[in-house]
Amino acid sequence: MSVQEWTFLMVGISFAVYILIAFKSRAQSTSDFYVAGKGVNPIVNGMATAADWMSAASFLSMAGLIAFLGKDGSVYLMGWTGGYVLLALLLAPYLRKFGQFTVPDFIGERYYSNTARVVAVLCLIFISFTYIAGQMRGVGIVFSRFLEVDINLGVLIGMGIVFIYAVWGGMKGITYTQVAQYVVLIFAYLVPAIYISIIMTNNPVPQLGFGSTLVGSPEFLLDKLDKVTTDLGFTAYTENVKSKIDVFCITAALMVGTAGLPHVIVRFFTVPSFSDARKSAGYALVFIALLYTTAPAVSAFARMNLIDSIQDKEYSESPQWFQNWETIGLIAWKDKNSDGLIRYSSGNALEGVKPVYAKEKGNSGERVVLNKPDLTNENEVYIDADIIVLANPEIAKLPFWVIALVAAGGVAAALSTAAGLLITISSAISHDLLKKTFMPRITEKQELLYSRLATAFAIGVAGLFGVYPPAFVAQVVAFAFGLAASTLFPVLLLGIFSKRLNKEGAIAGMLVGLIFTAGYIIYFKFMFPELDTLDNWLFSISPEGIGFVGMLLNVSVSLIVSSLTSPPPKEVSMMVEEIRQP
Amino acid sequence: MDYYWKTNLKILICLLAIWFLVSFGFGILLSDWLDQFRIGGFKLGFWFAQQGSIYVFIILIFTYVYLMNKLDKKFSKDREEKGS
Repeated sequence: MSVQEWTFLMVGISFAVYILIAFKSRAQSTSDFYVAGKGVNPIVNGMATAADWMSAASFLSMAGLIAFLGKDGSVYLMGWTGGYVLLALLLAPYLRKFGQFTVPDFIGERYYSNTARVVAVLCLIFISFTYIAGQMRGVGIVFSRFLEVDINLGVLIGMGIVFIYAVWGGMKGITYTQVAQYVVLIFAYLVPAIYISIIMTNNPVPQLGFGSTLVGSPEFLLDKLDKVTTDLGFTAYTENVKSKIDVFCITAALMVGTAGLPHVIVRFFTVPSFSDARKSAGYALVFIALLYTTAPAVSAFARMNLIDSIQDKEYSESPQWFQNWETIGLIAWKDKNSDGLIRYSSGNALEGVKPVYAKEKGNSGERVVLNKPDLTNENEVYIDADIIVLANPEIAKLPFWVIALVAAGGVAAALSTAAGLLITISSAISHDLLKKTFMPRITEKQELLYSRLATAFAIGVAGLFGVYPPAFVAQVVAFAFGLAASTLFPVLLLGIFSKRLNKEGAIAGMLVGLIFTAGYIIYFKFMFPELDTLDNWLFSISPEGIGFVGMLLNVSVSLIVSSLTSPPPKEVSMMVEEIRQP
Repeated sequence: MDYYWKTNLKILICLLAIWFLVSFGFGILLSDWLDQFRIGGFKLGFWFAQQGSIYVFIILIFTYVYLMNKLDKKFSKDREEKGS
């Protein structure tokens, strides 16, 4: 069978399983729809959380990013796992004890204010839609590369599947499909990693393999990689390029942002008790770490393999995957010195960010690129980091079924995260905006209907993002984490750990965090991208890491404003007292 | 109640100190210095940044689960004794 047939088979079977599971676990009540009836086993919830959390970015993009960033890529590894320690220790058990349906629910009740609730809803919707846009791009890439269908059709199929199980099943349906999706995605990630680890180092455990010696050589893989990357003009693979303070702030912003993401927090509302919430966060991190500790190994293998398989080759001798991805437009080659050999080294190959292709073919048969070459360096190859995970099995010449499995895994990662986000958006709309703020008279049955409508509406918007992908997806990721870190996390944390914090403090804090962080990111990413360099940054902190500063500002402002205004009413201190008890 | 919350805070501070040390300490601030030591083919600072810190995170959460479950039990026992 061909790769394409294998992919149809694997993706088809996985879709059938998701729909079957959703059919078996339909939501009957709002509690089912929002929090799966609060009856999910903590280990099962851990697995669902892992799938919910690990998005197309984790599955498809992260290893590729690390492959090109080397040690700087550690910010993602530590940032996106360390947040679970904060969640388990500081937020999840208490928010579960509080026992409502959504994150804005807690903020609205704790700060006895619908203004606070609505501000929280707005932050939540912005964060979640930002995230969804990325998922749809992931589905599109997989479909167009492996099934050779139009990207738009791929997006529509993906949305259709999510529609069926999210609208029918609500959180309950999503929870159990996420478990299935976790199994698919982790299997799809580990199988090629283990294969490649054995091929390159004879060690079947990738986590150990990338610290081992290469087959047939006494040299350690990472030492060789350091040498090769330095020879090509890059910084050594195991050394930082970014400044310490920036690495520190980005890691902190990602950690705190992770702990403040509403679609992750709400997963801990689905377990039966607060002690289950703690346990569940632990299991979630175990399941996540399985992928996150494998990813840096995949990165190191891929970087090594990539250099080995294209350096100084003629185009006609270049591997099949090189030409396949060139066809999709994610690889480009511009023969700067006209020697007919592919030369990969540091620096940008082309002027302008993305390659623009002409219709005709060049002398060696490559796609002609219209961009001017960047003549400040010798690099001739443009490679989109997103292809590394998908291309890795091809680069390592693994069997077709492994390649197909990776495709199914990528789709599973994207769909599971999209579904979790959709339910978070729809419950914020139907529960927080309609039931709790604007239409308090609706019955439970009507609320359930509205939540289904809101889900359908959110899927429609997400589909639009997929078909007309906004060009700024990569930039807005910094936004999602920065905002979660600088708006939601501090008010949640202080809401539990400080009894004195009142509504004036919380609202002022959220607004200051929001305006400062959003302002900084918009200034450097959208208004003046040419100024986005170390010299212009505040305290040399990049927009990716500024959420951490926003968080500190939020906390300071909240505490100062609270101490100057009247303390919260007695019921609120009693509520805080209550959630702190076992 | 006061005792329960204060003990909880003590546990939190200890565990978060370790959390900070392995990630921001070993993985970032002291990473270059640690790189002079090696485990296998890894420089130690690099290993903490890409592997070690994650393993410690998992241990931290399960330690917290264990300690808090013990504290919860003790607390509910105390409450029963007082109540009766």
